[in-house]
Amino acid sequence: MSEAQIKNLEEMFEQRIANDEKIEPKDWMPEKYRKTHIRQISQHAHSEIIGMLPEGNWISRAPSLRRKVALLAKVQDEAGHGLYLYSACETLGISRDELYEQLHSGKAKYSSIFNYPTITWADIGAIGWLVDGAAIINQVPLCNTSYGPYARAMIRVCKEESFHQRQGYEIMMTLAKGTPEQKEMAQDALNRWWWPSMMMFGPTDDMSTHTEQSMKWKLKRKTNDELRQQFVDQTVPQADLLGLKMPDSDLKWNEEKGRYDFGEIDWDEFWQVVKGHGPCNKERMAARVNAWEEGEWVRDAAMEYAKKQEAKKLNKAV
Amino acid sequence: MENKDLVQYIYGIADNALILGQRLSELCGHGPNLETDIALTNISLDLFGQTRSYFQYAAQLLGEDKTEDDVAFLRTERQYKNVLLVEQPNTNFAYTIARQFLFDVFHLSLLENLQNSSDATLNAIAKKSIKEVSYHLRFSGDWVKRLGDGTEISKQKIQEAVNALWRYTDELFHLTEADKVAVEGRIGVDTSQLKDAYYEKVEELLQEATLTIPEEKYFQKGGKQGVHTEHMGYLLADMQYMQRAYPNMKW
Ligand SMILES: [Fe+2]
Ligand SMILES: [Fe+2]
Ligand SMILES: [Fe+2]
Repeated sequence: MSEAQIKNLEEMFEQRIANDEKIEPKDWMPEKYRKTHIRQISQHAHSEIIGMLPEGNWISRAPSLRRKVALLAKVQDEAGHGLYLYSACETLGISRDELYEQLHSGKAKYSSIFNYPTITWADIGAIGWLVDGAAIINQVPLCNTSYGPYARAMIRVCKEESFHQRQGYEIMMTLAKGTPEQKEMAQDALNRWWWPSMMMFGPTDDMSTHTEQSMKWKLKRKTNDELRQQFVDQTVPQADLLGLKMPDSDLKWNEEKGRYDFGEIDWDEFWQVVKGHGPCNKERMAARVNAWEEGEWVRDAAMEYAKKQEAKKLNKAV
Repeated sequence: MENKDLVQYIYGIADNALILGQRLSELCGHGPNLETDIALTNISLDLFGQTRSYFQYAAQLLGEDKTEDDVAFLRTERQYKNVLLVEQPNTNFAYTIARQFLFDVFHLSLLENLQNSSDATLNAIAKKSIKEVSYHLRFSGDWVKRLGDGTEISKQKIQEAVNALWRYTDELFHLTEADKVAVEGRIGVDTSQLKDAYYEKVEELLQEATLTIPEEKYFQKGGKQGVHTEHMGYLLADMQYMQRAYPNMKW
């Protein structure tokens, strides 16, 4: 193809997206579009899978049968999200093994929030409320993103995430209305999870790269700072309802702007965790790599067995 | 049948579901691939669902405002009546599968009989659980075959797991005092009658999986009397942690 032809294709492609048409796996797409989507969708898939670990940490210790079943089902949902997202990513011409390889080698990133430890039961409530809550704000716009398989996966994912968020908030409510010890546990979890949740929206707009391109492809609709503001405005009244205090002394309602003002995020901490030096980065990676390596002989056996069965069938047919 | 005996009979069935569910739930997020992870979690969820039905019934029989959680979390180790098989650890995927398979074959035939119980509640729980447990058995049986007739390594691992767990199978067919009373009252299942069919079915599948039938002469027992293996205390410490550390609270 000549350069002019490619240019022409690109223009048509951008036009289709501008017209709100979906791009499907078999359609022509610019290489940069493919690469950007592989990166973003796989990052998202990895986040779902790594995200199973901090919450999985409390399944065996959940305080009641009802909570245990709900948590187990939630963590299982996250595995399901990982599965849809890996499948969506595979439609862009990359295999699941390659994607895992990128995760395990540290080449691919995942959401930093899962590098914080879950140290009390209230953390399970706080994660559902805040982390799933922030994820929904980040992800709802993706239900209309330009790449068809991704948009369709996100519709299913978002439905389940809002269920997780309600469930998390309900855990917090039960604790907040419980004994002083329980309320203290809830407050402590909020104190520890609030700022990392705020960091889930990424660097401030002036620091953030490739936003314009992402807007065009509908990987983004609002900027990081706009989304973060939306999260604060939505969450503060929920904390009030719980009777818990936000760990931010600068937080106050701005009558004039009709929104909350809030304090400065600790960006040193943000970058430290992103670069792999958060409290649990090493543990999370080790757990994934370990599950993968320990599982190798199992996957090999399944493949070998399937081959033998296939051969048997052929033999019979002959 | 007196309530206290019926409760003991229920523990003998439900504690198996609880403890095996707990063991499987430890694996969530650590499976050999996503599909298997999800499937094992499904089995765990089914078993906890069954546990809750049994324990809600037991709590009702116990009266005094007892709840399913009191029954699940607030007994001492000696009061849990599960068989030793289900409390054995997730040593590796082969052990998890072998434990599941050896239990599922028994579990299905227990429920097939329990659905004729003269106790309406047990009979209904059994009917509801049969479908789930047939699926569990299909899953574990298929994996025994895959591992047995897969690679050299997988064959060796699953054979080792079956050999190691075989000594816990005989206990499945022992009758406790509560069992005997329940059988007399046409409420319970005489599991000693299920033994021959069990070994026949298990051995048939092991053969299909190209595995050797273990020649174990010595069997272990005690779980049904509440005398457990050393693994059990740690499992309970984990499971009961919140209820013990923060007593009398709502969660
Ligand atoms: Fe997510
Ligand atoms: Fe998710
Ligand atoms: Fe979620």
